[in-house]
Amino acid sequence: MKPLAPRDRQWHPPALAPAYKTSVTRSPRMPLMPLEQSASELTGPVFGQGDLGPHDHDLIRNYASSGDPIGERIIIHGRVQDEDGRPVPHTLVEIWQANAAGRYRHVNDSYLAPVDPNFGGCGRILTDATGAFRFHTIKPGAYPWPNGPNSWRPAHIHFSVFGTAFAQRLITQMYFQGDPLIDLCPIVQAVADPQARALLTAPLDLEATVPFDSIAYRFDITLRGRRATPFENRTEGT
Amino acid sequence: MTALKSSATHKETASQTAGPFVHIGLAPRRAGITGYGEGLGSQIASPEVSGTHITVTGCVFDGTATPVTDILIEVWQADAQGLFAHHGDTEPGFCGWGRVMPDFDTGVFSFRTIKPGAVAVSGGRFMAPHLSLWLVARGINIGLNTRMYFPDEAEANAQDPALGAIDSAARRDTLIARKDSTGYHFDIRLQGDGETVFFDV
Repeated sequence: MKPLAPRDRQWHPPALAPAYKTSVTRSPRMPLMPLEQSASELTGPVFGQGDLGPHDHDLIRNYASSGDPIGERIIIHGRVQDEDGRPVPHTLVEIWQANAAGRYRHVNDSYLAPVDPNFGGCGRILTDATGAFRFHTIKPGAYPWPNGPNSWRPAHIHFSVFGTAFAQRLITQMYFQGDPLIDLCPIVQAVADPQARALLTAPLDLEATVPFDSIAYRFDITLRGRRATPFENRTEGT
Repeated sequence: MTALKSSATHKETASQTAGPFVHIGLAPRRAGITGYGEGLGSQIASPEVSGTHITVTGCVFDGTATPVTDILIEVWQADAQGLFAHHGDTEPGFCGWGRVMPDFDTGVFSFRTIKPGAVAVSGGRFMAPHLSLWLVARGINIGLNTRMYFPDEAEANAQDPALGAIDSAARRDTLIARKDSTGYHFDIRLQGDGETVFFDV
């Protein structure tokens, strides 16, 4: 089993990002301990089509009861790959999002914007053999949040990805090209590297757009890769 | 150990917080949504799986000793023989993976599983029985990795490479559950006094 390349902690947001206020009391202050990777980290759960419903990838249809949800019809598609550029096939991608008005269907969301009776906001898919995925949904709205006196989250979709190893587990958020709220958001700006932030923004993908139906955005996701050279494998199988 | 060469052509996608509404995507029923089924990860091991069935309870606390009621914990563990349900060589009904969420009011979580076996690592060594845990929530910018070890495995714990790499006995103890009347109890402290050890996996 090839170990995973170490995480570049400078590339990710730090645990403590004071402008994002909730991180102040939820960030460990002691340094992370190094861990020798073993099967605990290098294996992970495996999912199959049987775990998913037939419309899980289609958020326009997977909760609708009396018609389509309100909002801009969009396609979010991309590829899950590792840091070496290898596709990650048959891996579970889960998404969740607010509706077009910026309201989540959640017992703890009290924003005054309305819930949409035909929108749940939960999506799941397994990547295909080439690592590709494609969701059909509506564009989420921006919404206010209690970080400061006048804080607004840019429109975003949350992504959860598995890969093949538990230590590849990743949750992130995808933003939309051109949204002026991105540069004002302390959650986005907790990522210090502008290049890392840019990769969280999905550009318009006109070629994947379905004319007179849905506009497309492209979001590729990269998971940790394997070390080029296996280490400490001399004893394997002995 | 050979040098850490990397052939990386891409950078890992940067992490972002799971936020307060993570349940919609990962545990829709907890968000109050019906219609997406039970949700994935609701059972780590079915009742008929062989091994010692246990209950683990606990609470995650923030730096002000307040329960983190919106935490979502993923568990990954071996079966009683120390094998992972990764290559399909474990019993049917054993998934080894689950999602755990506390009560939204009290922050107390409780889940059922089986006690894992010791896991072989290179060099003929073994890791003591443990649960791998991954924590995400609002205010956590990148998921936190930790482990829960068992108090009734003192001998195995003393040989465990991960525990052995932690110099301070007090810090080591943050990874060891305690026995209580219902099974095992494991509190996690994100910050401050008794801060749990988190790993750079």
